[in-house]
Amino acid sequence: MLKAIGFAAAVVLAASGANAQAAPSKSGGPNDAQIAHIAYTAGGLDVAAGKQALAKSQNKAVRDFAQEMVRDHTAVNDQALALVKKLGVTPQDNPTSQGLSKDAAAKLASYAKLSGKAFDKAYVDNEVAYHKTVNGALSTVLIPDAQNGELKGLLQTGLKLFTEHQLHAEHLAMSLK
Amino acid sequence: MKTPHLWFAVLAGAALAAAPVAAPAAKPAPKAAIYTVTLKDMKFGPLPATLHVGDTIEWVNSDIFLHSATAKDKAFDVELKPGAHLWTTFHRAGTYPFTCRYHPGMTGTLVVADQAR
Repeated sequence: MLKAIGFAAAVVLAASGANAQAAPSKSGGPNDAQIAHIAYTAGGLDVAAGKQALAKSQNKAVRDFAQEMVRDHTAVNDQALALVKKLGVTPQDNPTSQGLSKDAAAKLASYAKLSGKAFDKAYVDNEVAYHKTVNGALSTVLIPDAQNGELKGLLQTGLKLFTEHQLHAEHLAMSLK
Repeated sequence: MKTPHLWFAVLAGAALAAAPVAAPAAKPAPKAAIYTVTLKDMKFGPLPATLHVGDTIEWVNSDIFLHSATAKDKAFDVELKPGAHLWTTFHRAGTYPFTCRYHPGMTGTLVVADQAR
């Protein structure tokens, strides 16, 4: 199952080799510590992308969207941190998180070279693809494999939020064409 | 206070230090009703089928995200921090489509009839 997450991440992020060497749970999928790490990493990366957009874009709609990403993903990650602290769980790094981070760093570097409409389009198009992939991973792997009820609930909340983000990004992408 | 389409009042809840946005502080009319609309899981909860002039909506944000209830014609615009409770009293009949300013996919419509019940 972890391989599936790595694959999903690779679709959008072109992550290389992000497939499945972390210790599996009893079910063979990621354990809760790994799931928490993946979810937190994915949120943090979108916050970083949003901050880059806020630094570079002059388009109000793009900036509003980026601010939404920073605010909402920060809120979810704050909740995630509070939850793992409460549960006494230490998030566990894993190849999927590493793949996400590696590819996101490459994207940030690539987009740093863009400006104006080219940057706006690249950022928003990637936000569409990123949320689509993360939502797919949440639905098919992370939520089903989460063992702790509170973690599962937070992931489900995240999925509802990110689905709205995906729709917003898709509408925004259409308006930029 | 000038409100082109609607007179409304917003009373800040104890959890927020927000000042009233507009209009006379609303003491609901004698037969006025108060309806609670809960924002949860990125949706506006069930809305009353019909409001009447003088009725009040209590907005409750049960999400962990910042939301708003913002009329498309700007007749009301209530910013709702996580956990916030805010009230909007309607003083003019009309149909009011609204959205969350921060999450455009969240939408609803309130219909306010005149005071006759």
